[in-house]
Amino acid sequence: MSGPLKSSSLSAEAQALDTVAIAKDLIGTAIITGLILTPIVAIRTSLDQGALTWHSRFGLAFALTAVVVVVRLLLHVFVWNKRAASAIAPAKPAALTVHRASIADMIGPYVPRALLIFALLLPVLAYASPWGEKRTIDLAIYILTYIMLGWGLNVVVGLAGLLDLGYVAFYAVGAYAYALLSTIYFPYWFGPGIVPWAFYITLPMAGLLAATWGVILGFPVLRLRGDYLAIVTLAFGEMIRLVLINWFSFTNGPQGINVPKATFFGLPFKDEPGGFAAFFNIPYNRIHFYIFLYYLILTLALITYFVTKRLRRLPIGRAWEALREDEIACRSLGINTTTTKLTAFAIGAMFGGFAGSFFAARQGFVSPESFVYIESALILAIVVLGGLGSQIGIVFSAIAIMGSFEVFREMDFMKAILPTGTEPIQFRMLAVGLAMVLMMRFRPRGFVTKREPTVFLKEKKSVSGDLVAEGHG
Amino acid sequence: MEYFLQQLINGLTLGSIYGLIAIGYTMVYGIIGMINFAHGDVFMVGSVVSFIVILMLGITGGSGSFMIILALALVVVIAMLIAAVYNWTIERVAYRPLRGSFRLAPLISAIGMSIVLQEFVRIAQEGRPKPIQAIITGNYEILHRNAAEGVFVVTISNMQIMIIVSTIALMAIFTAIIQRTSLGRAQRACEQDQKMASLLGINVDRTISITFILGAALAAFAGMMFFLYYNVTDFFIGFLAGIKAFTAAVLGGIGSIPGAMLGGMIIGLIEVMWSAYFSVEYKDVAAFTILVIVLIFMPQGLLGKPEVEKV
Amino acid sequence: MLDWSKDPELRVQHLTMRFGGLTAIGDLSFDAGRKQITALIGPNGAGKTTVFNCITGFYKPTEGMINLRHADGREFMLERMDDFIITQKAKVARTFQNIRLFSGMTLLENLMVAQHNVLMKASGFTVGGIFGSGTFKRAENEAIERSKYWLDKVNLTARADDAAGDLPYGAQRRLEIARAMCTGPRLLCLDEPAAGLNPRESDELNTLLRFIRDKHDMAILLIEHDMSVVMGISDHIVVLDYGRKIADGTPQDIKTDPAVIRAYLGVEDEDDAGAAPLIAEAIAAPLPVQKKAKRT
Repeated sequence: MSGPLKSSSLSAEAQALDTVAIAKDLIGTAIITGLILTPIVAIRTSLDQGALTWHSRFGLAFALTAVVVVVRLLLHVFVWNKRAASAIAPAKPAALTVHRASIADMIGPYVPRALLIFALLLPVLAYASPWGEKRTIDLAIYILTYIMLGWGLNVVVGLAGLLDLGYVAFYAVGAYAYALLSTIYFPYWFGPGIVPWAFYITLPMAGLLAATWGVILGFPVLRLRGDYLAIVTLAFGEMIRLVLINWFSFTNGPQGINVPKATFFGLPFKDEPGGFAAFFNIPYNRIHFYIFLYYLILTLALITYFVTKRLRRLPIGRAWEALREDEIACRSLGINTTTTKLTAFAIGAMFGGFAGSFFAARQGFVSPESFVYIESALILAIVVLGGLGSQIGIVFSAIAIMGSFEVFREMDFMKAILPTGTEPIQFRMLAVGLAMVLMMRFRPRGFVTKREPTVFLKEKKSVSGDLVAEGHG
Repeated sequence: MEYFLQQLINGLTLGSIYGLIAIGYTMVYGIIGMINFAHGDVFMVGSVVSFIVILMLGITGGSGSFMIILALALVVVIAMLIAAVYNWTIERVAYRPLRGSFRLAPLISAIGMSIVLQEFVRIAQEGRPKPIQAIITGNYEILHRNAAEGVFVVTISNMQIMIIVSTIALMAIFTAIIQRTSLGRAQRACEQDQKMASLLGINVDRTISITFILGAALAAFAGMMFFLYYNVTDFFIGFLAGIKAFTAAVLGGIGSIPGAMLGGMIIGLIEVMWSAYFSVEYKDVAAFTILVIVLIFMPQGLLGKPEVEKV
Repeated sequence: MLDWSKDPELRVQHLTMRFGGLTAIGDLSFDAGRKQITALIGPNGAGKTTVFNCITGFYKPTEGMINLRHADGREFMLERMDDFIITQKAKVARTFQNIRLFSGMTLLENLMVAQHNVLMKASGFTVGGIFGSGTFKRAENEAIERSKYWLDKVNLTARADDAAGDLPYGAQRRLEIARAMCTGPRLLCLDEPAAGLNPRESDELNTLLRFIRDKHDMAILLIEHDMSVVMGISDHIVVLDYGRKIADGTPQDIKTDPAVIRAYLGVEDEDDAGAAPLIAEAIAAPLPVQKKAKRT
């Protein structure tokens, strides 16, 4: 693991493969990897009928160690060696200055438009999908939900530079707002006739509630920066989840709440008179519900996109970005950093609340276990991989991450080489974690590294990511 | 009164464990100014490794006490070694290459690393919690009172004695290392000014690595004690324990080693007292609340130094 | 003879600032006249930047009063106001010793951020702006015009759409002044504006500051080590040493003030009048160029 570090300081005569050094390094790698794998992988414990047993899997551990060593050897021979050769010219620290145009940077301004057209046509294209129409649309809904969450969190993390690790709390507030209002409070206040309409009435309320919570939770953390801010927001997220679990009389605890699914402006998607199909005189098909949900989340996501895009060009959006760049300078220019931060929290939370409501109306069920910390980390990963502050980058990273989950599900061939009892799908979060580590190391600016200016005099020039600050946390 | 005493003993036991983990946070924060988000998971690795070794050795509560002591000595050495290797690797792979990158980079990398560790252990060792029969059993009644309302007893178990005594011993050794050896001096120098330290011939990289190794060893020890105390472990214990230990580190004043221990004791006591007198369900909420209050109102902690904003 | 005490823009009285046991400023009183350039000089660690931080609200003074009076008679007690309110209401703008630009934003954006409060009001606190209100459009165009004006004044129009972090050091200093001016201040506080500038850039800076004072009727308070700048443009100089005022007067007075000479040259012999001409050279000795600290 020290290869790339050492290689940058290699002198010219060391260009040729230094076999002794490499051998030493490989032996070291083998020992370290072996130590890491031996207890946890080579000894498999399991709980069978209440009795703990264990069996050894030294073969597996050995094979994995061999893989690591071989990969490292290949890196030595083909990658680090080359870099060492080119390092004769004064090398700059790779992570900071090397520019690599990303896919999105190269395709240019047509990307958003092309994506929009694709998104609008997707239900039609889904007919031809090899995975089947329903599954494709369902996946698209799933991805769009995360794109929307990513865009929401982007306001807080990407624009205002405030690292929020408890974003899922607002998702939960939105979901529970819909669940509780539509099942208990609306029927109680307005009679049961309201229920089919509940989603449309609750949606703005859920957004407002989440925004309120954004301000409530944002207020105490105003003075915090960096790691402390991250960990306090994480604590807030967990607190809300624990309250949802334990406040049984209000939230029905871990069992969760069954909620009515979304309707087409009052028409339920059911095979019955008064349902959507009957009203429009078409044969009932469950796909209608999926297509409807798809366009619903697409609308919500597009609202998020355009509102954020507009906000960036308004003084408030510019103040967010300025805050990310330098908070003290902001204060010296007469900007009230308190309200600026709180609006960022509120707006970000509001979009999270919308998405939460949608999530509840889609699932027909909410429970605290949907709102664990790992969800926040996942949304953060999407924002980070997309390139902090870049909305289009988030689309790519959400598709990459959520799509890869689906690919993991499909990888039946992997079962052949995996130990029995493990499914490829189990590896999905491991892959996300690895991706976060690797991205920070090799492409810390994410997919889209350029920042678009919000106003220009003559010519719009993208700002290189190296100059853009990422806030103090 | 007896009830309170009993809770005090329980709280100090738990606090010792938190304190040991907190030292890892505080040292790393002191030297490279970042939260090692994966530290809680290194504690978990220590705990799971001790579980595996204990299971392999086949010791149970029924084994002779000499056998148990011998076996546990072996377990603790292995757990510390493995956890140290983990933390060393984490620093090399996930943090060191990011020095000099932007401020959020190591934090995000650490969050990723924490996910990787949890998932790695979950996949390799099943997700379900692993319970065992208590190995160290037996306790002493230190107070016994017959009253009209019933019998009141305060007990301290062998396990609790072991945790508290070994924590004190470990702390003594550790403090000696930091204060007396050249390694400790190098470490304190790096905390003050890394560039200057390296100009004076201190190997900063090595000092940081050793800091991670020492932190991991303490966390692994805490992991083993945690496992023996509760007789159960799984891949997820690192998350909550990590956050609580981090709270302890901040409460004590981040960067201060006695502070971390003190903070650990306070957090352990608060958690136990809260469960005993208010509600068990909300004990974690209480811990998070303390975290929030401490970070917001006294970020310099009890034994830390206040920071002045530089303009 | 200019009189800065008759109708001062800024009046600092008995200002004291302590950090723990350390007294950074002790019982400091001085006035900064309207339409005048007042320089605050003194050896390193004399407490100059601390005075700035008290005036601009970044520090709350331990004791003392800081009064600001606009030409229209409105008065502000700066020691009681928050930092951003001081800029917003009392119209005090400042720059920083270690330049604080929004380096990832373009020059134009930097200047637009400085007009935040005006634009915020015009955008109906964002609500109107979201729906594209005409008021906001007009205000935004005005703001762009003002930005263009100041970009022109600091010779940076050609680079308006470049990132601020891409500018060379001297240009960054000028941009920071332009940004401060975009807030529409009455008092401009400049913390070592000439640090790291070459002689030509220093000259340009002098011209710019005179222009701001004369054409925009501004009071300027400046901290500076470069004596060619200080002596060249100041109307009034206040000398600090160890947090206390040791001299206060016109550049001519200061040049010959024995206390100042002692503070700068450490000369014991007060009769040594020959030291006086040396002082300008001594304090104008080139300073190490400060590289912009990279924020990580």
